[in-house]
Amino acid sequence: MSNIVEVKHLKKSFGTNEVLKDIDFSVREGEVVCIIGSSGSGKSTLLRCINMLEIPTSGEILYEGKNILDGDVAPSQYRAKMGMVFQQFHLFNNLTVLDNCTVGQRRVLKRSKSEAESTAMKYLSMVGMDAFINAKPRQISGGQKQRVAIARALCMDPEALLFDEPTSALDPEMVGEVLTVMRTLANQGMTMIVVTHEMSFARDVADRIVFMDDGVIVEEGSPKEIFTAPKNQRTRDFLKRIIEI
Amino acid sequence: MLSYVFLTSGAALFFTQSWEILKKFFSMFLSGMWETVFISIFGTAFGVLIGLGAGILRTIPVMPGDSRFKKGLLKFLNVLLSAYVEVFRGTPMIVQAMVIYYGAASSGIYMEKNFAAIFIVSINTGAYMAEIVRGGILSIDKGQFEAAHSIGMDHFNTMIYIIMPQVMRNILPAIGNEFVINIKDTSVLNVISVTELYYQSKSIATQNFMYFQVFLITSIIYLILTFSVTRLLRLFEKKLEGADTYTIMGSHTMGHAAFKVDEKKGAIL
Ligand SMILES: Nc1ncnc2c1ncn2[C@@H]1O[C@H](COP(=O)(O)OP(=O)(O)OP(=O)(O)O)[C@@H](O)[C@H]1O
Ligand SMILES: [Mg+2]
Repeated sequence: MSNIVEVKHLKKSFGTNEVLKDIDFSVREGEVVCIIGSSGSGKSTLLRCINMLEIPTSGEILYEGKNILDGDVAPSQYRAKMGMVFQQFHLFNNLTVLDNCTVGQRRVLKRSKSEAESTAMKYLSMVGMDAFINAKPRQISGGQKQRVAIARALCMDPEALLFDEPTSALDPEMVGEVLTVMRTLANQGMTMIVVTHEMSFARDVADRIVFMDDGVIVEEGSPKEIFTAPKNQRTRDFLKRIIEI
Repeated sequence: MLSYVFLTSGAALFFTQSWEILKKFFSMFLSGMWETVFISIFGTAFGVLIGLGAGILRTIPVMPGDSRFKKGLLKFLNVLLSAYVEVFRGTPMIVQAMVIYYGAASSGIYMEKNFAAIFIVSINTGAYMAEIVRGGILSIDKGQFEAAHSIGMDHFNTMIYIIMPQVMRNILPAIGNEFVINIKDTSVLNVISVTELYYQSKSIATQNFMYFQVFLITSIIYLILTFSVTRLLRLFEKKLEGADTYTIMGSHTMGHAAFKVDEKKGAIL
C-alpha cells in the first residue's frame, strides 16, 4: 500500500535545543502506528511537524509526492487532510458540539449547512455524542469532549488522524470510552498515528510501534517485536520503567 | 432660623430656575443628548471594528514559502499599526479634532460636522481598542488557534469564527468602558462646533448666564446616559454568557427535546 505521508531527514530545533534529530518516518494507508517514548523525547513535536503546527528546521515532508515544506501545497489544504486530536481536546469554546463539527466543513470544505450538519451527525452518533449537539464544551465531561474532538476531525474526511496522548488528560474512568472509539476507527481501516502511554492499546491495536528517545527513532517494529523482544537497550530500559509503574 | 429660611428659599429658587431652564431649553438639551449618543454609539462601534481589524492584521502568521514581498508587507503593516496606536493614544482627542478638521479644511476637503465627529471618535477609540483586542487575543488559549489550524482553517477564518467571538466576550467590559468614556469625551468636539450636549449647554448658558443651573442639568443628563449604558451592557454580557442549560436530544431525533440538563446544578430537569 502507498504511503500517506513520508518524513525524510526531519530536524527541528527550538533555539539551540535540537528536539528532532534526522527523523525518517512514514505511514502507509490504513496503518495504525503508535509512537511511544519517555517525556521530552520529541513525540509531540514530530506529530506537530507532520501537521505543520510546528515548522521543521530542515528536512522534507512528502504528501502525495510533494514536499509540503516547499510552499507549493497550501498548508490549510494539507492540514485539513491530517486530522489532529489533542491531549487537551481544544474544542472551540464559543461553539456548540454541533458547530464544532460543522465550522471546518463549511469554511474549509465549503459544504452547505445541511450537508455539514448531516456529516456531523453521522460522526457524532458514531462517537456516541449525537445527543449533545446543543451543549457547549464547558458543559460536557473530558471523555465526551475528546469524543467530540475525534468527530470534529473525522468530519473533514481526513487521510490520517494524528492523536497526541488523547487520554492523558482524562480521569481514569473516561479513558475507556475514548479508546473504544479509537479501536473502532482502527478496525474501520482509518490511518492513525497515535502518541500514547496506553501500552495495552498500543499492543492490541497498533500495526507498528515506534520508540523515540532523545529526538531520534531508536527502534520500530510490530508490537510483538517491540514488547517481547526489543533489540535496543534504551527500548528495554523504557519498557521496564513503564511496566514497573 | 433666619439663615435656614434664607437657605431653603435660596435652594427653592435655584430649583425653580433649573426647572424653568430645562423646560425652556428642553429641545436643545434633547438634541444635544441625541447627538452625543449618536456620535458615541457609532464612534465606539467603528472603533471596535478598527480594533478587531487591527488585531486580525497584526496576528497574520508568516509561513515557510512566503515571498519576501509578503513578509515585507506584513512588517510594514505592523509598523504602520503601531504608529497609529502610538500617535492616537499619545495625543489628546481635542487636539486631534482640531488637526483633522482644520487640516482637511485647509487642504480643501470640507467634512460634514457629524461625519468629522464620528470619524475622530472612531479612530481615537480604534487606537485604544487595538491594544485591548491585542490583549484579548493573547489571553485566548493557543490550543484554540491550533485546533482551528489543524482542521485547515486559515488565519482569517480562525480569527473571525473562533478567536474573535471569544475575544469579544472577554473584552466586553472594556468596550463598555470605552463607550462611557466616549459619551463624556465627545464634549471636546465642541471645539469644531459639533452640536453635541456640551455645545448645546454652552449655548444655553450664554443666553441666560445661569452656568451653574445649566451645567448641573447637563451633568445629570451625562450621568443618566453613562449609567444606562453600563446597565445595558451588563444585561448584554449576561445574555452572551448563554444559557446554563442545554437539551439532550433523543438519539437521531434532531429537534426533539428529550430532557434538559442544568449545568450549574448538574441536574437533569
Ligand atoms: N515550543 C517549544 N519551545 C521550546 N522548546 C520546546 C517547545 N516545544 C517542545 N519543546 C521541547 O522539545 C522537547 C520535546 O518535547 P515534546 O513535547 O515533543 O516531547 P514529548 O515526547 O511529546 O514529551 P511528553 O511525553 O512529555 O509529551 C522538550 O525538551 C521540550 O522542552
Ligand atoms: Mg507530548
